[in-house]
Amino acid sequence: MSTTVVNTGTEGKTWGGGNKPLNASYGKMMMWFFIVSDALTFSGFLAAYGFSRFKFIDSWPIADEVFTHFPFLHGVNAPMYYVAFMTFVLIMSSVTMVLAVDAGHHLNKAKVTLYMFLTIIGGLIFVGSQAWEWGTFIKGDYGAVQTKGGNILQFVDTEGHRVALRDFVVSDSHNERTQHERKGGLWFVSEGALPTYTIEEVAHGLEAHNNVLVRTQIINEEGEKTVLSRAESLKQIKENGKIVVEGANLHVNEYGSPLFADFFFFITGFHGFHVFSGVIINIIIFFNVILGTYERRKNYEMVEKVGLYWHFVDLVWVFVFTFFYLV
Amino acid sequence: MAHEHKLAIFRGLVKFKSNTQKIWGVLIFLTIVTIIEVVLGIIKPESLMSNVLGMKALNWIFIILTIVKAYYITWDFMHMRDEVKALRRMVVWTAIFLILYLIFILLQEGGYVFDVYKSGYIKRDF
Repeated sequence: MSTTVVNTGTEGKTWGGGNKPLNASYGKMMMWFFIVSDALTFSGFLAAYGFSRFKFIDSWPIADEVFTHFPFLHGVNAPMYYVAFMTFVLIMSSVTMVLAVDAGHHLNKAKVTLYMFLTIIGGLIFVGSQAWEWGTFIKGDYGAVQTKGGNILQFVDTEGHRVALRDFVVSDSHNERTQHERKGGLWFVSEGALPTYTIEEVAHGLEAHNNVLVRTQIINEEGEKTVLSRAESLKQIKENGKIVVEGANLHVNEYGSPLFADFFFFITGFHGFHVFSGVIINIIIFFNVILGTYERRKNYEMVEKVGLYWHFVDLVWVFVFTFFYLV
Repeated sequence: MAHEHKLAIFRGLVKFKSNTQKIWGVLIFLTIVTIIEVVLGIIKPESLMSNVLGMKALNWIFIILTIVKAYYITWDFMHMRDEVKALRRMVVWTAIFLILYLIFILLQEGGYVFDVYKSGYIKRDF
């Protein structure tokens, strides 16, 4: 090995190696580059959402008519309060994370442990809230009718307040059709749960209640959804009504364009997945802290790296909050 | 492990004594911004409903406030303020350039498709 060149003659020069132009460790820099690529993924999703929204700019659902629920408060119209709460929880857990990083710089194990723990709790509250939000969204509230062309017709009273299907439609037990299952007849076809009412029952209910009107998806000049006249309402339901929609899934959506539900599930789902994996990574680091791994290393940089990821998740939520719930 | 933190925010208008104090200060600021957003979103003032550059003025306010929040999360929570200029620019400018480019293309295209449906000869609504 005596012939191996150990000196290149460039030591101490700019390209001689050992130089740290970015003054950041390899791991931290790579975390930043990962964050850039992940940010581009999320902006791809959000820009695609913007694309679909601009495509249907005059008929897109209005977010604060969709997300109006708050846990344990039934029948209270609370647009946005719960999402605002979720945003606050996530920002708060970001704060405890950055406090953990700060305590790590001071090599204070007890404080890092406490703040990491609080961060994990915040993350869990957020994921739980998102699950609740999904549940409420999937279950739906008022129900609607989808037309042949795929438009959603909702119901309001003469003052413009929303009316749920259950308030004016009577289910006729004689024509009740059971859900087709694979075991009953054709084994190679199946269908989802049937809506509570048929389209004919909705039409009868509408005829019987003079004060119920149909509201279309089209946004008028005042920025509200157009409400049809009584005659027009009956005509729309009878001629164009095709299926009754309750709640939302990837195919139909009682709040309006199915694309809205698709993007909601996809973007908040992808973000929720990030939060979830962030919580898992935080838990791993939390145990490393307790075991004293970083104490022995005299370096808490791992906490800083997961901290970067965790803040990024918070950062993305700030944008999702704006583009899904506010704008 | 000498960790130097820049402790001034708002271009030096507010200076904090320690990093911990700065974190709480930024939290208060972010909370105020979020509260403003939510309040505006709920009351939707009539005066902000006018159209500015193809969007409601209110929506522009939301977007600007969001970018403000993003700035403080990145700069103070992720300590971008303390990184060297080269790393900062590598991360921030790359992302901003590509995102703006993507947004421009997709929104332009979305508006075009809307116009085709609206004023063209294609009917999709029955």
